[in-house]
Amino acid sequence: MKWIEKLGMNWRTYQGQKAFWGFMYVLPWLLGFVFFFLIPLITSLQYSFSKVEVNSQGLGVQLIGLKNFVDALTVNTSFNRTLSDSIVNMVINVPLIVIFSLFLAVLLNQKFLGRSVARSIFFLPVILASGVIMSLESSSLVQAINDQNASAGGVLSAFSSFELSRLMINAGASEDVVMYLTGAVDRIYQIVSQSGVQILIFLAGIQTISPQLYEASKMEGATGYEAFWKITFPMVSPLILVNMIYTIIDSFSRNDMTALIRDVGFAQFNFGLSSAMAWMYFLAIAVILLISTYFVSRKVFYHE
Amino acid sequence: MPVARLLSLESWKRWLWSFVRLTLIVGLSFVILYPIIQKISTSIKHKDDLYSPIVVWIPENYTLENFKDAIRIMDYWETLLNTFALSATTTILTVASCALAGYGFARLKFKGSKLLFGGVILTILVPPTTILIPIYLNLKDFTLMGLIPLLTGKSVNLLNSYWPFILTSLTANSLKAGLYIFIFRQFFRGIPKEVEEAAYIDGAGIGKTFTSIMLPNAVSAIITTALFSFVWQWNDSFYTTTYLTSSKVLSTQLSSLPYNLAVALNGDINKSDPFYLSMVQDTGILLAILPLIIIYLFVQRYFVESIERTGIVG
Repeated sequence: MKWIEKLGMNWRTYQGQKAFWGFMYVLPWLLGFVFFFLIPLITSLQYSFSKVEVNSQGLGVQLIGLKNFVDALTVNTSFNRTLSDSIVNMVINVPLIVIFSLFLAVLLNQKFLGRSVARSIFFLPVILASGVIMSLESSSLVQAINDQNASAGGVLSAFSSFELSRLMINAGASEDVVMYLTGAVDRIYQIVSQSGVQILIFLAGIQTISPQLYEASKMEGATGYEAFWKITFPMVSPLILVNMIYTIIDSFSRNDMTALIRDVGFAQFNFGLSSAMAWMYFLAIAVILLISTYFVSRKVFYHE
Repeated sequence: MPVARLLSLESWKRWLWSFVRLTLIVGLSFVILYPIIQKISTSIKHKDDLYSPIVVWIPENYTLENFKDAIRIMDYWETLLNTFALSATTTILTVASCALAGYGFARLKFKGSKLLFGGVILTILVPPTTILIPIYLNLKDFTLMGLIPLLTGKSVNLLNSYWPFILTSLTANSLKAGLYIFIFRQFFRGIPKEVEEAAYIDGAGIGKTFTSIMLPNAVSAIITTALFSFVWQWNDSFYTTTYLTSSKVLSTQLSSLPYNLAVALNGDINKSDPFYLSMVQDTGILLAILPLIIIYLFVQRYFVESIERTGIVG
């Protein structure tokens, strides 16, 4: 029983008992972590440096160095494009989703008629927009035809983003910014459907801000706009970080990169190449996460 | 009367803002609901109406044929039952194991628990695709560190059964389980320590404190994680298509619906037209999300309230 004592557990003390039970409570997760996460992760790293063959004896794993990585970057026709596409998409979408969901959370926090109905509609994407439904939706023919009809109808097209972008460029806004914003308007469904959880998190955060702060600022004569930037925004800024990370990891389940990695692995049975791709993808994500966390966390305000 | 004028300006501003807010909310709600309304309208259309230029939303001939076709081809009732069983099992097991782990990480500190919690964060951050292949191969020849071959002589193939789901959720490593552990940990950290200490002084052990003091207080966290885990398991196509290739679960049935439909209608020239296929597929999607929407209608009030009290925030 030496190892138990090593973990700081001693039956005679209350602290020791707590430590022991803490370890017991975490144990199921720890087993799963080792068997279904850590070992596969290491194996996957090993596969990425080797040639994996399935034969009659089972698996043949042969170390071949960096060949898989070189293959993925130079030989495979779609890897480079898919990787850069999914990264660019992520960089474009994440700020939009975070800002949009913060705005909506502020909106849904105000009191108005039918607020609970509006809230339940806005959380609907949490249960609808995931996995197979999304992927099938994009291939729906009937919907495409109906959209075509709708935009040919004339009434809606007057409001299309073309007019908007002309208006904004004439008003002197920078062209890149205008393209970014109109692109966002065109992809409004995509953005709305990905921001359900983020709205929830922001809303929960806003509700923990004590009302006294708002009252005090109102006494001093602050407008609602000022109260947002001076109170709400700093108070929820830690959640911006949380939501940003959540948005990034949420995009794993629905991008082309995942599909490509699976295709190489399970349709072409090239496990080594697939693992190498997955690792490069993971590293790219990790770099993005590190950079964005670094920049955002410098601006984050902590109450304590 | 300057005061009255000021008042009226204020009230004008308020009215204007209410109007803008209303427009925004109604507009965005429409964007969200649009696909669902569209699907409902498509699913009750007769296929003659597809080519009729005067029918956009409300069909001329109502029919339930699309539903019948989709139900028959997807084997809907059996599939529904399977999916429900799978989602419910994983949900219960995941919530139980994640609550245990979350409590362990939050309150029962031992040496190295911080390091292990770093592991939880790692499971959230690593894309599931990275570890998919080794897990797949591992489950194909499941040995449990050489124990099973010792007993039965050969390894077990766990693919195409519910075992992968049960095992991963029992050990809190199923789909997005890291996130649930995180939620539970944050929540338990928010409960005052005094509550726990009072229970200890009254003679409750650690297990007793957890089951009769902490868990009843954690209802909102439990509802949140249960709903998330149920819904995500229901919609998940990533793990289900990998682990279950031939079982009848909604997400696999749905993704193979166009193919099955084409096979079922093969030979009948009138029917195998891409628009009709798409129409039945839309009906299938509607059938797949319908149970979720019904459940959501009942629990959404608790859901929204409980999220606010979970303290994912802290």
